[in-house]
Amino acid sequence: MNLRGIAAITGIGELKPTRNPEGKTTLGILAEVARLALADAGLTKQEVDGLVVGPPTEDSAFMWPQQVAEYLQLFPLFLDMVEMGGASGTGCISRALMAIATGRCRHVLCLTGGVWGTGIFNTLEARTAVMSTLEAEFDLPYGPMGFNSAYAMAAQRHMHLYGTTPEQLAKIAVDQRYNACACPQALFYGKPITVADVLDSPVIVSPLHLLEIVMPCTGGSAVVVSAAERAVDMPRPPVYVLGVGEGCSHNSIARMPDITTTPITVSARQAYQMAGVRAGDIDFLSVYDCYTITVLLTLEDAGFCPKGEGGPFVASTDLTYQGDLPCNTHGGQLSWGQPSYAGGMSHVTEAVRQIRGTAGLRQVKRNELCFVNGNGGALSQQCSLILGKSTH
Amino acid sequence: MEKRPVPKTSPVSEFFWEKAARGELWLQKCQNCSQFIFYPRVVCPHCFSDKLEWTPTSGKGKIYTYTVVYRTDLDAFTDKLPYIYAIVELEEGPRMSANIINCPLDKVRIDLPVEVVFEEIAPGLRLPQFQPHRH
Repeated sequence: MNLRGIAAITGIGELKPTRNPEGKTTLGILAEVARLALADAGLTKQEVDGLVVGPPTEDSAFMWPQQVAEYLQLFPLFLDMVEMGGASGTGCISRALMAIATGRCRHVLCLTGGVWGTGIFNTLEARTAVMSTLEAEFDLPYGPMGFNSAYAMAAQRHMHLYGTTPEQLAKIAVDQRYNACACPQALFYGKPITVADVLDSPVIVSPLHLLEIVMPCTGGSAVVVSAAERAVDMPRPPVYVLGVGEGCSHNSIARMPDITTTPITVSARQAYQMAGVRAGDIDFLSVYDCYTITVLLTLEDAGFCPKGEGGPFVASTDLTYQGDLPCNTHGGQLSWGQPSYAGGMSHVTEAVRQIRGTAGLRQVKRNELCFVNGNGGALSQQCSLILGKSTH
Repeated sequence: MEKRPVPKTSPVSEFFWEKAARGELWLQKCQNCSQFIFYPRVVCPHCFSDKLEWTPTSGKGKIYTYTVVYRTDLDAFTDKLPYIYAIVELEEGPRMSANIINCPLDKVRIDLPVEVVFEEIAPGLRLPQFQPHRH
């Protein structure tokens, strides 16, 4: 059964990312974005029959979807929490699609976000809380610096095998910051950077510099996924879900089968196959970027360039919204900010704005087809989407 | 200052840590598919056989990848900065996390031959670590 185009994104709602979580709670944030997304979709809350949420940040994960439903007084026929780490945003869309495909739901509300700060993992206790028992036993005693050291080790080996340079990685952060400077919602709006700025910023975990590392913040993103036959009569032009794919190869980076090849090879292949398109058909990208190396590996593993050629590819490709292959036009999480699991969802909402043609100053010219990717853990879990303007 | 994190052993991994305490690196070897595995399990992740036997290793390997940690948010490691956090690939196949110790920062590189050494981090608890292989 091919699910291509059976569902569409019909509403989005989002908060401007902030470093100041004062007065905010995670449930409150989810309520704010739910209200915005339903208004955007022209739906009443009574019409929502599915609820898919990302994991909470400060709250207990126990019966989390039910906690959210109670807060919003929603009574959906289908509730789920998607735990794919950073891929939870795209993962919510993937699961919403299945709920619609099986006829269980017509309108699924997907909610991500929460209160998050830079101190979130800064104690041993907090760090252990996001680790498996086995990582706590066999990795933690050696002092990994959270996800920073994991992605640094991927970058280090990529450089060793393929000659990738710090300048090439820095270019990704620079192009994305250029995009953020046309996006007033972005955390780093109005703060352009150069390759020299990136390379002059402190090395946190070699070879990664401070400006190659995502900034945790507070915020939220919501998306409404509707059955396609409903979507055509709704206020916004539908953004069709044409392809979806998931893939997972490990949890801890120390157990990754090949540290320079991610399961995006699996998730992207499925998504392309379902959509009936190839990388060459894609107009623009909206892909998870917790670190610069994440984008580089995504470009390779999703087929935009051969394995190992990501460095020269980004150096010679204009990734800005004016460029030949626009990538992360809202700045990506590196410049938009990482409002917990809404960081991953922001790649979906930005793709929707671009496909609708409502991205303002940073509107891309060719906006028919977008490759979206969510990445969770230490390159562990991937969920790719192909979103498009039409089903033709 | 927070205490250095100490491995919390399980009934499945106890033997590994007992041997480490004596300065030996033992891994499970599958008697069905002959592969060594790490971390310790109750079934082989390659063939799902439950015939796993603890086997001594050479303690030798090479650096698969590494990072030099210049900043850490873990209190217990601030006095060690900068330090090398690595994934070591053992001769027997499996990879494990480790610090590369007794190694100047400008000498660390991918594929560097390394050998196991044991660092006492708590009474009776020795952590397998790796240092450049001395011929």
